[in-house]
Amino acid sequence: MMSFDQNAFLIIFTASMISISCGLLGVFMMLRKMSMTGDAISHAVLPGIVIGFFVSGSQRGLEVIIGAGVLGILATLMIDWLRRKARVQLDASIGITFTLLFAIGIILINLLAYKVDLDQECVLYGEIAYLPIDLWITGGGQNMGPRIMYLALLNLILVGGFIFLFFKELTVTSFDENFSMVIGIPAGVINLGLMSMVSYTTVSSFEAVGAILVVALLVVPPATAFLWTKKLNQLIKITIGIGIGIAFLGYYLAYFFDSSIAGMVVSVAGIVFLASALYKSKLISNRFGTSTNQESFGN
Amino acid sequence: MSDFLYFFTFQDSSIAFVVIGIILLGVGSAYVGTYSFLDKKALLGDAISHAVLPGICLGFILAGTKNPVYIVSGAFFSGALATFLTSWLRKNTRLSEDAIIASILSIFFGFGIVLLTVIQKSGNPEMAGLNQFIFGNAIAILEEDLWVYGGLAVFIILSLSIFQKEFSLLVFNAEYGKAIGYPMGLIRLIFNVLMILSVVIGIQAIGVVLMAALLITPGAAARFWTDKLGNLVILAGIFSAVSGVMGTYISFILPQMPTGPWVVVFLSFLALISFLFAPKRGVLSRFISRRSYLKKTHQDHLLKALYRALEAGKENLSIEEIYEAYPFQKKESDRSIDNLISNGLIIKNQSIISLTPKGKSESKRIVRLHRLWELYLNEYMNIAPDHVHDSAEKLEHILTPELEELLENRLNYPKLDPHQETIPRDHDEL
Repeated sequence: MMSFDQNAFLIIFTASMISISCGLLGVFMMLRKMSMTGDAISHAVLPGIVIGFFVSGSQRGLEVIIGAGVLGILATLMIDWLRRKARVQLDASIGITFTLLFAIGIILINLLAYKVDLDQECVLYGEIAYLPIDLWITGGGQNMGPRIMYLALLNLILVGGFIFLFFKELTVTSFDENFSMVIGIPAGVINLGLMSMVSYTTVSSFEAVGAILVVALLVVPPATAFLWTKKLNQLIKITIGIGIGIAFLGYYLAYFFDSSIAGMVVSVAGIVFLASALYKSKLISNRFGTSTNQESFGN
Repeated sequence: MSDFLYFFTFQDSSIAFVVIGIILLGVGSAYVGTYSFLDKKALLGDAISHAVLPGICLGFILAGTKNPVYIVSGAFFSGALATFLTSWLRKNTRLSEDAIIASILSIFFGFGIVLLTVIQKSGNPEMAGLNQFIFGNAIAILEEDLWVYGGLAVFIILSLSIFQKEFSLLVFNAEYGKAIGYPMGLIRLIFNVLMILSVVIGIQAIGVVLMAALLITPGAAARFWTDKLGNLVILAGIFSAVSGVMGTYISFILPQMPTGPWVVVFLSFLALISFLFAPKRGVLSRFISRRSYLKKTHQDHLLKALYRALEAGKENLSIEEIYEAYPFQKKESDRSIDNLISNGLIIKNQSIISLTPKGKSESKRIVRLHRLWELYLNEYMNIAPDHVHDSAEKLEHILTPELEELLENRLNYPKLDPHQETIPRDHDEL
């Protein structure tokens, strides 16, 4: 009953690519202490997706990606405006921005419900299980395989390329923004570039895993890796490893329990994360011995 | 219009129930949210509101129906677990707070989605109502729900009012509270319980995804209008209740519309108005006061330049000399000159500018403040004479007559500043 057939391979392969793309970006988001901004962006692109959907009439249009990208950048700018110009504290700026944009997105879906084929559930948790039957048929009628797999592949190439090309800039701006300005790296531009990649990844993945679960893939694998290492290269390698591992386990567990694959992938990631945290915190208390030491370490 | 009357005259008792419910929960969550906003823990509310989803599903699986008691208890326990894990991770790992909150939020939500799909595939006909917990539907609040949700909201409002002192200590200065013998750990625990409860009561009407807005936005908006905690809480409650009723009205006239998003849109609109137009803190009023401050400093500088010319023995300055003194500010200089003329401080005679008697005394005052402050810094702060100018340049515009009096007294009416220049007094001749 549980087998490693072609469909299983396609789904696991696509899910791994999505979680690797998200994880790579997530590492840098985490180092910048911007994990919650990633959360905000992935909620905030919703109105862009809906408008793009409405304009192009299908979810395959370039308009959807452009719409989401614009909204993602808009959300970043709005958080920044609230914080700097209106002087709202950062956590509240993030909370206000993403709830407003997400609410507008849901309202648009309901207003245009009869015109666009997009429902709340699809946006929320996607359905990667339908991937093998959603095929990319070329103009000549040739069957090229699952469409979403190509989207995920393109996404992975672009994200990988972005990080490979700007690795130095991303690293320097993540750790020391002032130093990067001194040596002539425009931190603001690099930051905006990273945010655009996050928005693009969100929109490219939302059909498969849903807009909210993209957050999990952005945040949880890097956070888990961070529990095990402090080195950036190791961090990236472990994040990729976790991404592939959770896609594999998540698929088979979802198969077993007959549930949402995306949700199960995230649940597996959560278990790995919590288990790592438990194991590492035990190591800390063993290494430092007495309970008073542990107390001081905790604070 | 008839819909409007029908809704707001509460002819239908079920509408009255819904409106009472939404006002109670709005006020309750705004109340808790204001404290957590002041505590700079606004995003914890976001994490909790996503994290109650698995609890709702488990409650549903156990009860088999949408029983509010099961759902509320389930939601409460998963919210509590999420809060506990967040603080445990903060103590026991090196992860930053935002990474922890984002992880917990998405892990719980993901697990909730798994349970939701499991329920969906079980084919329970009651399932249809469960989706409402994601985006909220206030119109579906029934009388039996109201007793549970409304009762909890009243409980939250009462506890926060009775223990206002304790919770204020927690938010503003927990260390001090500990020092004077309050059990801060217990107070934190009770506060977290109230916060989880406030999320739990909102899930039916607002939905888990957007419940965070009801916690964060009212407090952030109200903060722009007042500095007093009492007023802050009341105003936040009003914002929240008004948006709640408006959102409910929209989903009453457009039945397919979920309530939560509309409440959030109205709430954000009120917040935006606050950010832009609130007196003192608002963007607009800060812009205006900054502009008028810059105008005043420029005028003060012109008066000072005229006074320095007098000291050097020149009765007046030509307008070209003024333009030269402030390059690239020709327009500002023109505007300042016009203003000073209409205030009767200077006179302009064919591009030659000189001080009136009133202007002389005003310019003396500014120079006096500048030099008094320089002397004060030098004598009392032991700052070298060549380092005092910049600070005086800023404070000459700000020092009040009372402070001037104090400085004069403290320095014993000095004659000279650290640069051996005369400190001018009103009766001095020039």
